[in-house]
Amino acid sequence: MHRPSTLAQLPIGGTALIHSMPTGRVGLTRLRELGLTPGVKVEVVRRAPLGEPLQVCVRGSQIAMRSHEAAHILVTPAEA
Amino acid sequence: MSAPHSPLLAIVGNPNSGKTTLFNLLTGLRQKVANYPGVTVEKKIGECWSQHGKKLRLIDLPGAYSLNARSPDEAVLRDVLLGRRADTPRPDRVVIVLDAANLERNLYLASQILELGLPTVVVLNMMDIATAKQWRIDVTQLAEELGVPVIPMQATTGQGLQELKAAMSREDLPQPRWHSAPLPRDILASLQATQAQLMASGAVHERASLLEPLYLLSDHDPLHAGIADAQLTQVAAGRDALEKAYPGWEDQLVQDRYTRIEALCSRILTRPDREPVTMTQKLDRWLLHPICGGLFVFGFLVFLFYLIFKVAEGPMGWIEDGFAALGSWVTVMMPPGDLRDLIVDGAINGVSGVVVFLPQILILFFFIGIMEDTGYMARLAFIMDRLMSFVGLNGKAFLPFLSSYACAVPGVMAARTIDSPKDRLITILISPLASCSARLPVYLLLISALMPDSVSPWARAGLMVSLYALGTLGAFGFAWIFNKGILRGANAPMILEMPNYKLPSVKAILLQVAQRAKAFLVRAGTVIFGMSILIWAASTYPKDRALITQAQALVAKQESLAASGNLAAAAAVDEELAAVKSQQLAQSLAGRAGHLIEPLIQPLGYDWKIGIGLIGSFAARELFVNTMAVVYAVSSGEEEDMTPLRDRIQQETRANGRPVYSPLVCLSLLVFYVFAMQCVSTMAIVKRETGSYGWMWFQLAYMSGTAYLLALGIYQIGSALGY
Repeated sequence: MHRPSTLAQLPIGGTALIHSMPTGRVGLTRLRELGLTPGVKVEVVRRAPLGEPLQVCVRGSQIAMRSHEAAHILVTPAEA
Repeated sequence: MSAPHSPLLAIVGNPNSGKTTLFNLLTGLRQKVANYPGVTVEKKIGECWSQHGKKLRLIDLPGAYSLNARSPDEAVLRDVLLGRRADTPRPDRVVIVLDAANLERNLYLASQILELGLPTVVVLNMMDIATAKQWRIDVTQLAEELGVPVIPMQATTGQGLQELKAAMSREDLPQPRWHSAPLPRDILASLQATQAQLMASGAVHERASLLEPLYLLSDHDPLHAGIADAQLTQVAAGRDALEKAYPGWEDQLVQDRYTRIEALCSRILTRPDREPVTMTQKLDRWLLHPICGGLFVFGFLVFLFYLIFKVAEGPMGWIEDGFAALGSWVTVMMPPGDLRDLIVDGAINGVSGVVVFLPQILILFFFIGIMEDTGYMARLAFIMDRLMSFVGLNGKAFLPFLSSYACAVPGVMAARTIDSPKDRLITILISPLASCSARLPVYLLLISALMPDSVSPWARAGLMVSLYALGTLGAFGFAWIFNKGILRGANAPMILEMPNYKLPSVKAILLQVAQRAKAFLVRAGTVIFGMSILIWAASTYPKDRALITQAQALVAKQESLAASGNLAAAAAVDEELAAVKSQQLAQSLAGRAGHLIEPLIQPLGYDWKIGIGLIGSFAARELFVNTMAVVYAVSSGEEEDMTPLRDRIQQETRANGRPVYSPLVCLSLLVFYVFAMQCVSTMAIVKRETGSYGWMWFQLAYMSGTAYLLALGIYQIGSALGY
């Protein structure tokens, strides 16, 4: 149940808590600055018509990213 | 009345926080737009007056998410606020614009700026959306915690403007109470060491706080850092030392900052358990729907292109007619001679050639403005990102490239919306490969020469579509090559914020359209103007006296025939006149140049007459048709009708009696025109937008080189195969 999966694997409409993401990578640092820090709640809002990128809602803002980045972000299920 | 030093206030905030709307509201559009020297970031300055008649100077800094710069825009914000730009004075005060409906994320940049210690006013903008989401913000408490005035506002309606102006002009505007959290010990030690080094080499001045080296070290692209090469190694060394002392230091600092912001928000912000569904969410269900979203994009683009190609036709015709009328007026008013020819054929023609693009450019910029202002632009990029990712670009490159099918000039200018410098440069480099509307007349002429009327219209249309496809494929191919090989620097990951939809401000959009149109006219106009005069001179001089006397005699003969009522005979003189003109062109500098480059273009199957056409169309491709009409002495009848010219070039033969315009030569010419860079306006804009002659020449070389090689390949292989 508590095995972390990645943000890219979350289904559309799914909600989770950010567990961790690798440090020292420029793109991921920018995502952190946009509010995706460990412990925060994210929701996968939708994917673009062609499957990518995916749109997440975090701290009230809507951020789009590609699966390439999302696959590095580990998440744990949000407590119900 | 104004004091010698009216205070300079910087307006700062996240992208989409309504910063520019506020700036327009304050200045009442009394603003100047220029570029920061060395980078293509717009610098907007303006002024406003407080209620008590005090003058305030304003500067609208680029939108940013963080002082850890990731793009030239963000580097400009950081450098101006730190007083690191020689061309811009350090602001005396700061107005931070926050999107109240996205408070946590907006407070990230705001907290960084508050820590710089400048007297500050905080604007809580978009209060209406926050209210619609049933958020309650304790403004008094927020002002208390930050130590600066906080003004709730709605910049779109002007609500709160008086309070803001009063706060901005306060003599005793306080410095913020918010201070940075103490840095972890390892980071602090490492920073102090780097600061000492940077101070010794003069990269930062002595009074610089630790924050300045901190933000310099977090800038991973040395192009942004704005410091001398010698000091770059110090910055790199400093970063390595920090990384060693405290791996993941940047990410730790981000997290610490958000922890403090969360604590602040828990004291000032109350959210309902379930937020009502916003208008943006409702719209996105349709506009980003897997099927409806795609259809909407398609429909929107068809509409846009209809406007650009069909609706723009009317005004373009008026402009051409207007200049033609002006030309005939000058012809009547002035005595014949070189000066009249210079004004009519050189200057008026040249200006007309630039201005004629204005309708298309204005329409395109207006639509880009609407898309940016409403928030749809981000959705378009979101939908198109996957498609563009195949060649290594991201969704933001879609619209600039698409615009280039109308005209590469607005396309290249629209590439400003791409924040990654590498993606932006690639987009600028490939955009002119999209078959623009200026290529259309050339395609039409050559296709009609290649395929007789008996060939089905479908085959012609098929060839036309293939030419567009070839240009597109070429553009994508080169994008892929540039991305993989030639350009240095890692690809910035595609990260896109999708802002709330809002109603566009037509006034602000029109202002921006006017600013961009002016930039086009000034930059492209001056260059094209000069080039058209040069090309006019080259095709006019030296003059052959015998030919001039002959032409004058013909004109006199024509006039007397017309006066005596023999109109048919007068019209017949046109052909003789055209023949004289053709001889004059053949012995002019341009004609001689055509002979000169013949050895170069013979392997492509072209003769010296086509050479003149190539030279004549160097400034603008559509001139090929006009030049060839003069070369082949086709008397100019109806402008739009190419049939006489088509018939004439089909009759053109070589010394051995075979036609010059064989199918193979037509094909080779068509491919040449798909790839060749023959547009001085685009070159001028590329120079302006990349800030370098180098990229302009590179683009000219790679496009025209490809055009030459492909045309060569087609003609040589085709000839070898016996076509």
